[in-house]
Amino acid sequence: MIEVIDYKAGNLTSVVKALRYLGAETHVTQSPDDVREASKIVLPGVGHFRATQLLHDLQLTEVTRDAIARGVPFLGICVGLQWLYEGSTEAESTDGLCHYGGRCERFPATHAGADLKSPHVGWNSLENIRAGSRLLRGIAPGSFVYYTHSWRAPVDTDTAATTHYGGPFTAAVERDNVMGVQFHPEKSGETGLQLLRNFVEMRA
Amino acid sequence: MLTKRIIACLDVRGGRVVKGIQFVDIVDAGDPAELAHRHAAAGADEIVLLDITATHEGRGTLIDTVKRTAAELFIPFTVGGGIRSAEDAAAVFDAGADKVSINSSAIARPELIGEIGQSFGAQAVIVAIDARRIPNAADAVAEAEVYVSGGRKPTGLRVVEWAREAEQRGAGEILLTSMDADGTRAGFDDELTARVSQAVQIPVIASGGAGNAQHFADVFGRGKADAALAASIFHFGVTDSWALKRELAAQGVPVRL
Repeated sequence: MIEVIDYKAGNLTSVVKALRYLGAETHVTQSPDDVREASKIVLPGVGHFRATQLLHDLQLTEVTRDAIARGVPFLGICVGLQWLYEGSTEAESTDGLCHYGGRCERFPATHAGADLKSPHVGWNSLENIRAGSRLLRGIAPGSFVYYTHSWRAPVDTDTAATTHYGGPFTAAVERDNVMGVQFHPEKSGETGLQLLRNFVEMRA
Repeated sequence: MLTKRIIACLDVRGGRVVKGIQFVDIVDAGDPAELAHRHAAAGADEIVLLDITATHEGRGTLIDTVKRTAAELFIPFTVGGGIRSAEDAAAVFDAGADKVSINSSAIARPELIGEIGQSFGAQAVIVAIDARRIPNAADAVAEAEVYVSGGRKPTGLRVVEWAREAEQRGAGEILLTSMDADGTRAGFDDELTARVSQAVQIPVIASGGAGNAQHFADVFGRGKADAALAASIFHFGVTDSWALKRELAAQGVPVRL
C-alpha cells in the first residue's frame, strides 16, 4: 500500500487520483501506524513550509525516518521535497528531516540584471538528468514539467535533475530509496505520469 | 526555460460547454470532460472551466462536471464562477480542481482571497479581473476600471490598484480580461496587460481578444503576459494549442512543445 501523508498542506486529490489511475493501491493517512506499515510513502504538499510542523506534531517524522532506513521508497513532492532538507528560510523554526544537507531558499528578486518573478509558475524543462536515475527513467532531458513555488532546494551531488529559473535549482533529488521532486508530477501530463509510474513500479 | 502558457477556457452552463458572442447567440459546443481532454491532448498547458450558470440549482451540476472533467486530466485545472465562500472553494477542490478563480466575490469581500489561500495555498487562488478602459481619460490604461456582473457594473476600483491589493492579500495569479477586447478577435489589450504585469510579482494571465497566433506573440512580448487564455478560437477546431505553439516557437516565444 502506498501511504500518502496528509498534513493539511494543500489538496491531495490530484496526487491520489494520479496514483490510482496508474493502478497503485493508495491510502491517505495521518497515522504513524499506517506509515510504519507502508510499502511506499508519498509526501505531497503545496503551500507553506510551516505546514510540515504538523508532521512532527503527529509523530510522523520518526516513523518516516525509520521507514526510509528500512529502504521503503519515499517520494516527496514540492514542499515534500523541501522537507527532506535541513529546513527552509520560509519557516526558520521548523526543522526538515535533514536527510539531505542544505536549506531551501527563496528565489532571488533579480537574476542576471533582470527582475525575477516569484512564484515560479508554469511549465519548465528538466535538465542534467542523472544517468541511472530510477525515478526519471524514460524521461528525456528538456521534458517539461509543471511548477508552482517560491522556495527551492540547492543543487548538490544527490540532485538527479535541475531546472533553470534564476539559476539552476534541484528539480529532482534521489539517493537510493529517498526521492523528491520540486514540480508536480500529478499535473505534468505524460512526463509526470511516467515519473509516478517509475515510482509505483519501483522495487524496494 | 520557463515557458509561456496557453490556457484553454471552457464556458459551461448547465453541464455543457457553450460558446457565444458576449453571452448572446449561445451555441452548444459539447461535453466539458470530453473537450478538456481534447484540449489537453492538443497541447493546452492548462484548462480553465468557467461556470456561467446563473442559478443556485446549477451548483450541484457544476460539482459533478468538475469531477468528471478532473477524473483523468493530468494538467492544471482551474474552476471559476459562483465561488462565494471558502466552503464553495473547498467543494470545487474536493471535486478535483487545482485552482479556483474568484472575481466579484473577491471584490465584495477581499478577505476571501486569504481565506482560500490559508487552506489550499496561494497558488490555488486566481483573482479574475474584468477590466474596461475609461474612454477619454488622460491615461486610459492607468485609470482602467474593474467591472463586475459580466462587465456591466463598474466598481470604481482601478485595475492596477486592485491587482496589487489582490496580490498583497495572497492571490497566486491574476486573470485579466479586457472587456473592451473580449469577443472582438482583434487582439489582447497588450498595454493594459503590461501595466498590470509590471505592477505585480505574480503571474498575469491575459484574456479577451484572441484571434490569431500573432495576438498571442504580442501579448507575451509587448504585453508581458505569463500566460494567455482563449476560449472560442479553439472550440470548433479553428486551430489547436500545438499548432498555435509551433507558430509562437517559430517567433522565438518559449513554449512547451
